[in-house]
Amino acid sequence: MSRPPEQRERFYQTGTLAVGGRLLAEEQRTVQAGESRANAITKGHRACQGCGEALGARYVLDAAMRATGGQVIAANATGCLEVFSTPYPESSWRLPWIHSLFGNAPAVASGVAAALRAKGRASEVRVVGQGGDGGTVDIGMACLSGMFERGDDVLYVCYDNQAYMNTGVQRSAATPPAARTATTEPLGGHPGNELGQGKSAPLIAMAHEIPYVATATVAELRDLEAKVIRAMSFRGPRYLHVLVPCPLGWGSDPAQTIRIARLAKETGLFPVFEALHGRLAAVSQIRRKLPVEEYLRPQRRYAHLFADGGRPDLVAALQAQADRNVQRFGLLAEAEPREGDLLHVLADGERGP
Amino acid sequence: MSRPRPFAITLDVGSSLANRTGDWRTERPVYVRRMPPCNHGCPAREDIQGWLYEAEAGGEGYERAWRLLVADNPFPAIMGCVCYHPCESACNRVQIDEAVGINAVERFLGDEGIRHGWELPQPQPASGRRVLIVGAGPSGLSAAYHLALRGHHVTLCEQAGKPGGMMRYGIPAYRLPRDVLDAEIERILALGVELRCEQRVSDLQEAMREGGYDAAFLALGAHVARHTEIPGGTAAHVINALDLLQDVEAGARPQLGRVVVYGGGDTALDAARTARRLSPQEPVVVYRRTRERMPAHPEELRQAQEEGIAFRWLSTIAAAEGGHLRLEAMELDGDGFPQPTGRYEELDADALVLAIGQDADLALLSGVPGVEVQDHVVKVDEWMMTGAPGVFAGGDMVPAERNVAVAIGHGAAAARCIDGWLRGIEPRAEQEAQLATFEHINPWYYTDAPRTVRPLLADVRRQSTFEEVVKGLDESSALFEARRCLSCGNCFSCDNCFGVCPDNAVLKPGPDGEPYAFDLDYCKGCGMCVTECPCGAIEMVPEEI
Amino acid sequence: MREQIEGSQAVAQAVARCRPEVICAYPITPQTHIVEALSRMVRAGALAPCEFVNVESELAAMSVAIGACAAGARAYTATASQGLLYMAEALFNASGLGLPIVMTVGNRAIGAPINIWNDQSDSMAMRDCGWVQLYAADNQEALDMHVQAFRVAEELSLPVMVCMDGFVLTHAVEPLEVPSQEQVDAFLPAFAPLQLLDPADPVTIGAMVGPEAFTEVRVLAHAKHMQALDAIPRIVGEYEQITGRPSGGLLDRYRCDDADTIVVALGSVLGTLEETIDELREQQGAAIGAVRLKTFRPFPRQELAQAIGDAERVIVLERAFAVGAGGIVTDNVRAALALAPDQAGGPDRARAPDRARAPDPARAPDPARVQDQGRPRLHTVIAGLGGRAITRRSLRGLLRRALAGDLEELYFLDLRAEVVERELERARKGVSGPHAESILRDLRMVMAGPV
Repeated sequence: MSRPPEQRERFYQTGTLAVGGRLLAEEQRTVQAGESRANAITKGHRACQGCGEALGARYVLDAAMRATGGQVIAANATGCLEVFSTPYPESSWRLPWIHSLFGNAPAVASGVAAALRAKGRASEVRVVGQGGDGGTVDIGMACLSGMFERGDDVLYVCYDNQAYMNTGVQRSAATPPAARTATTEPLGGHPGNELGQGKSAPLIAMAHEIPYVATATVAELRDLEAKVIRAMSFRGPRYLHVLVPCPLGWGSDPAQTIRIARLAKETGLFPVFEALHGRLAAVSQIRRKLPVEEYLRPQRRYAHLFADGGRPDLVAALQAQADRNVQRFGLLAEAEPREGDLLHVLADGERGP
Repeated sequence: MSRPRPFAITLDVGSSLANRTGDWRTERPVYVRRMPPCNHGCPAREDIQGWLYEAEAGGEGYERAWRLLVADNPFPAIMGCVCYHPCESACNRVQIDEAVGINAVERFLGDEGIRHGWELPQPQPASGRRVLIVGAGPSGLSAAYHLALRGHHVTLCEQAGKPGGMMRYGIPAYRLPRDVLDAEIERILALGVELRCEQRVSDLQEAMREGGYDAAFLALGAHVARHTEIPGGTAAHVINALDLLQDVEAGARPQLGRVVVYGGGDTALDAARTARRLSPQEPVVVYRRTRERMPAHPEELRQAQEEGIAFRWLSTIAAAEGGHLRLEAMELDGDGFPQPTGRYEELDADALVLAIGQDADLALLSGVPGVEVQDHVVKVDEWMMTGAPGVFAGGDMVPAERNVAVAIGHGAAAARCIDGWLRGIEPRAEQEAQLATFEHINPWYYTDAPRTVRPLLADVRRQSTFEEVVKGLDESSALFEARRCLSCGNCFSCDNCFGVCPDNAVLKPGPDGEPYAFDLDYCKGCGMCVTECPCGAIEMVPEEI
Repeated sequence: MREQIEGSQAVAQAVARCRPEVICAYPITPQTHIVEALSRMVRAGALAPCEFVNVESELAAMSVAIGACAAGARAYTATASQGLLYMAEALFNASGLGLPIVMTVGNRAIGAPINIWNDQSDSMAMRDCGWVQLYAADNQEALDMHVQAFRVAEELSLPVMVCMDGFVLTHAVEPLEVPSQEQVDAFLPAFAPLQLLDPADPVTIGAMVGPEAFTEVRVLAHAKHMQALDAIPRIVGEYEQITGRPSGGLLDRYRCDDADTIVVALGSVLGTLEETIDELREQQGAAIGAVRLKTFRPFPRQELAQAIGDAERVIVLERAFAVGAGGIVTDNVRAALALAPDQAGGPDRARAPDRARAPDPARAPDPARVQDQGRPRLHTVIAGLGGRAITRRSLRGLLRRALAGDLEELYFLDLRAEVVERELERARKGVSGPHAESILRDLRMVMAGPV
């Protein structure tokens, strides 16, 4: 686990799970608990009610600001995050921020990093690139891969809400199987999005053997912050993939955004892990394993799995995917990665504590 | 920079503050204080969640917790020893792992109070009113405390030689150490309460007239043991449980031989456990119903069984003769009442201790107009007043569950009502907050922490001494236990709402522990703060449009 | 100091002396020699603290330049052809954000069919991307223009594209003089960005702008762009003072004073063209001149109108072709000629910001009136597509045809018309209608004509 061990046993009431608490020493609270947090993205933005991405972006950037003493420049891909934060004449950003294009945020970030190197400021000022899953996994993948392999000193953060939400919920390469989107309607016996392996940007990032790759969700703030802070302790390319539920696109109650993110992890559908130099280093284990149905049912994008007799075959397929994740990543205390699995190979047969 | 930045393309940071997204809202979040189930379950109406909250801080928080506690109940150490803690039965945490050990924390705080000599609050200036309290048991002492705090002169008349009532003469020392009892009573007397021991009030009206009292609170307790006819009982060694407990309290150590206790309440178990300490032979408790239907507290039963006390369920004593008893087996009918079966068995016994209930001695009320007595108890209205104006009653002598916590609660409630009556204020029922149920809790946020079991004295050791069986917690265990509190329905400053708001619309206006506030200029009303509040201290209410 | 040097190497040296801080490039013929040379200099430490970023695509190249420039670094890249189109989205973005990036385009044809040789279809396709476009006639001008480009770009906060014909210039070795470091330092101050990504003074760059302000943003961009028409002559003048060498600018007139036939051209064809003009003037006393168009964006309408307005005949020699429309430069020239004489020559230039904001409809040129006044007849000549050599012989034939009054409105130099006719005939069933018929008719006239 990425959270510091000394934080584990001491706080009995909510332990390391809540945002903060008066019982904790200042340094043991999350960045978000502090009034002095950067609020890198501040109020007045136009994100939908209960937007996971708005929350995730603040979590990540505030942590990065904390880690660097406020010396962060952000390069943002086109997408919801960009649109809701910067409609003329109002910007919600409180850090130096640039938006260029949909598919080039990693390269813009590389350019900023190169300028900082040339200016001799690279040791103090750090660069964060960020975008949604479309801007990252699809159209930005080439620039992202280039940034990785060159070794540019950039933390790239993908806020994954699993479809093109800004354009009205179309499928992306990060859309999970059986999910309904505007371009994967469950019509004529189609399952919603096709069943398949999809494209795992974190595993692709790991294949570049960059110093740091991690996944996280907006449901576990401490884990997320610890990962950002850890990421900022490395030089070179780093990748953080944060699951951010979208009430609009997922058809979920805005009040349930964090809970649904939590369920994604607790069912095993979204594995939360860390990898160092291409090797799986730590896994955030499932606390209370739940069937995938608990995650699927509160989301209208999966409504076709349960209406009119439903599609138990698809639910079973998703459960199998979750179970496979549990096995592959060792998401339960007793599970170990399977011999011969790609991940096993990436992990080089070793796993961290 | 002197040159202007490009129009529209480049913006000033943080300029979105001009966009008040609060307009989007159809529901607004509000902080609420729901009734925690522990508080709801506490007969003494303690603000348990409140004092646990203070105790969670440790250090100076203990004194704050103690002060909050004694605002309702001046006997935290005593409660920590003898309370059957219905608060814990109600505790929501039981649905996560185990109930919070509230009683143990209370004991810890009470002990801390004694150890540090913390003083009770100073009374208000003298009101010039005088109140007579009859009976210095938990109810009378509690009422005396609360009345004294309100500035009234209180005279406590106690029939026995020492104050404490059933706390002293009914509860054995191994459950309630006498130094604890004395210390907490002494603190009340130090407020200026006038105590007159060995003073029996036989005529209330006369006593009030003579003493110039404006009101009276009757807290006589129930000391008259009920009897049952047992054929041959006169031939056998039959004693009352209360007599046994009082004798032992007075220092006697009677040799009883093989003891059978008849009854199923706490007094029966107190008697059995006392007998266990007086004799090497294991006592037997005979009870006419099943274990499940036994009114004694399960914890008491468990400890009794651990001490080697045997139980004969579904049995009545049909006859007593010489060295043995004749038991008749019973069975429960459809309504749960025991019915005789006609099957008998013999049980050796040198002494039979009867513990089948007690009644109040209500002689002093004879002639008081308006007072109504029914089933050996005095009727009171919802303001604790008897049919006689200015005469209030509480504790075991009124219809209610009989235990120390209930009695203390009665005392406090009576004091509040007497105070109002003295001041001529019309009594009004308090609006009780909505109960905080487990559905209001987001259990994810609470780490799994098993209850700290109070260190129990070694079973062997406790069988032959009157040393206290259940000791208090050490500091770290008490802190651990306090922090297991879910703080149901009441903010405990976890910062979750502040952290999870996607719109940065939760404000922290003050230092730790001060309430948060919603920035309604920006709150979009998503309700995430409500869902993610661990303890259910926020709710959404429709926006008035 | 003059030295024999390849055009690409000379440009690399000129760029190097501008003290770039971030250079990024993705290789594409014929740009490669430039970035290879710069890469070597960076690797050798000669440009420290300059960073050379090897990117994975042209889109990334421009994007890295965008990021670097926004972070305050002097940024440079180079590309050509497909690469320029691949970065198209980022080109518009760089200019829209007002980032003063300088880029070399080694002009090359665009596929399909794929073709690595020179024409100017690439930069002409990007003519409206908001970049300043400079076209070098020779390698001396190419290298000088790069130094000037940084000044123009950074003064105006606009990106500048220096276009030089692929191979013809990039790979040509000739004696050139690269300005010394001292000269460049005297000419080009350190980059002082208008907007900067800096934690000490954070800004939001790249907002979303809706209908309420988008037009104003565009008009302001136009006004800023038009300022280059004033800035370029001034900056070129300063450059000449420091280097003693006139180079670059908006346009040059070559033997136009008495010319009734003027050829407007851009890029490397000018050398051959001027030799041919000299030859025809000597041999037959033809009154021919040329206008060297050096700044294509912003388009110097007034300057051009002044230069050619009195000619009888204007031939626009183009190295690109807008399929389905015709000559790209021609359309711009026609617009310049449409200016009323007072506008063309007057001091009141339409490019002033206040004019740009509130154009006077009453002063708009009237095409009918232009026609009536017998303004020059315009001819478009498409030449040198996909690397086809433009020889003096071909130009001579062309000009003689023009002097004889036989030049068509749209003419393809050295067209193998028989090939086209054969293919058109083969597809005849599918190609019919009045327009197709007229193409065939024109082709027969071309074949019949004297070349």
